[in-house]
Amino acid sequence: MARMEKGPDELRRIAAQIRIDIIKMLVQAGSGHSGGSLSVADILTTLYFHEMNIDPQNPNWEGRDYFVLSKGHVCPAWYAVLARAGYFPVEELLTLRQLGTRLQGHPCKSKGLPGVEVSTGSLGQGLSIGVGIALGLKLDGKPNRVYVVNGDGELDEGSIWEAIMAAGHYKLDNLCSIVDNNNLQIDGFISDVMNLYPLKEKYEAFNWHVVECDGHEPADIIRALGEARQTKGKPTVIIAHTVKGKGVSFMENLAGWHGKPPNPEQAIQALRELYKQREEIGHWEGKTVELKPPRIAEELEKLEAEFAK
Amino acid sequence: MLYYPITIGEKELPRKATRYGWGEGMVELGKRNPNVVVLGADLTSSTTAHLFKNEFPNRFISFGIAEQNMTAAAGGLAIAGKVPFVSTYAVFSSGRSWDQLRTTVCYSNLNVKIGGAHGGVSVGPDGATHQGLEDLAITRCIPNLTVLSPCDYIEARKATIAGGELVGPVYIRFGSEPMPIITDEETPFRIGEANMYRDGEDCTIIATGHMVHRALVAAERLEKEGLSVRVVDLHTIKPIDKEAIVQCCEETGCLVTAEEHQLHGGMSSAVAEVVVENSPVPVEMVGIRNRFGESGDPEKLMDHFGLGIEHVMDAVRRAIARKKRS
Repeated sequence: MARMEKGPDELRRIAAQIRIDIIKMLVQAGSGHSGGSLSVADILTTLYFHEMNIDPQNPNWEGRDYFVLSKGHVCPAWYAVLARAGYFPVEELLTLRQLGTRLQGHPCKSKGLPGVEVSTGSLGQGLSIGVGIALGLKLDGKPNRVYVVNGDGELDEGSIWEAIMAAGHYKLDNLCSIVDNNNLQIDGFISDVMNLYPLKEKYEAFNWHVVECDGHEPADIIRALGEARQTKGKPTVIIAHTVKGKGVSFMENLAGWHGKPPNPEQAIQALRELYKQREEIGHWEGKTVELKPPRIAEELEKLEAEFAK
Repeated sequence: MLYYPITIGEKELPRKATRYGWGEGMVELGKRNPNVVVLGADLTSSTTAHLFKNEFPNRFISFGIAEQNMTAAAGGLAIAGKVPFVSTYAVFSSGRSWDQLRTTVCYSNLNVKIGGAHGGVSVGPDGATHQGLEDLAITRCIPNLTVLSPCDYIEARKATIAGGELVGPVYIRFGSEPMPIITDEETPFRIGEANMYRDGEDCTIIATGHMVHRALVAAERLEKEGLSVRVVDLHTIKPIDKEAIVQCCEETGCLVTAEEHQLHGGMSSAVAEVVVENSPVPVEMVGIRNRFGESGDPEKLMDHFGLGIEHVMDAVRRAIARKKRS
């Protein structure tokens, strides 16, 4: 396998499906992180369906690019992307957070979910993991690349800056960090909880190449990832400007939706909006199944009947 | 339990710091396996990682004074197929970067080796900040992690090599000052299997690290008092050799534990967990009692903190007295 290199239009349609999956997973689980999963959806979709060298049927393929979800709490989005890319059956998404599942509340390597390289969820560690993988690849002279998705709130952690310093020091141009810059963390706005800005200048001072992009516009994410791939002698950070809760009007830009799932009523309301968006941009032709979470079975049937008209 | 009789006697033993076992073990592994890499946090010489660095300069990675990044990056290197050895002091490798060790390395069960240099008060003049006294407690509670605490330089080298060849995360503790070499090349070393260096009937001293030598001397002196004391080197704190401990309880009826570490949660606690659950007998503990270390001469400090040969002998007498009362 190789890079899928899907274009922006198809990526938008996939991301619309991913958002629908996220809401269904979260309402069925009855817990989980809504806001960040929705903000990171387009980034993850573009990484897997356009940029990264992957082989979903053979997740440990030697030629693969490595991916680390440092902000592990937004794994519902990642799980949905992995399933839709073919790493494991889509139906398994509804086991999120249930006893015995491979889809743990935060990613767990030892449960054996294909595509999960390492357990994450304790913030501030993923970029260091990426630094280690990138160093290992360089030692072996391998061309594989390493992608780490970081949260902006996560950048409060001091160890992240240790990793940023090391990546700059070792000129890890095979490493790319994408910051899901949604401007919110659990307690509120980034600038109120612990001001992170100016951010771009911080990375530059640590010898990184910085690209900014609209984190909900696949064409722009593709441009940024391309620039990262072509940058030599420095690691690249893509500061992706995003909206927490993106796509669901009543979740957007509210810190309160960080670690909360929708209740059944809210889920239907969210799905009505997301189904409408999907109608507007078109269904993804690669979709194999539509998730039917038992917790909202009846209401979902009615909703789908509305859209079938 | 592997039996390999050792007699100390009156002779002066050669000395070498256990940390050299770590450095030399890594060099040996580096020759065998090109994927072995060593990570340092600005303590390259004092952890003896310079031995590896001199031999394989391209496979030594400097992380600066940044243990958290180093530990999680070691996880990344393991994902990329390397066998990383993290080389820094016990207070940092077990403490500063504990969450990285727990969540990135152990929860993912990655093939990372963690070195804990400068374990114990015998670190000496640097004082409490640099004397690792809690590392065994806070590493042995982490699932998937193997925890080793060798007794001398030769055993430290064997532990490093055995730990390096085991697939999975391993923590290895060692000391900084030259200490008596009591084992030899022929002494067995199997992870998870305790070594008996002296047999006896009245009591067993289960010791780890530098306390094994002191336990042997104590047992030899007690023999002159007519007491027959067994000495066991518990070099593997986890997985603990439950069978050996139960056997000692059954055959000698009481135990003394001896470690250069806080009693809370350390090797003594680990042994006691096995004893109370399987074969309750009197246990007397020799270790650090809820105190921080301080500056001083290494061996004098050990005596000062209640880790002297006399302290071990007293503990044996108390244990035997309790056994007779019960």
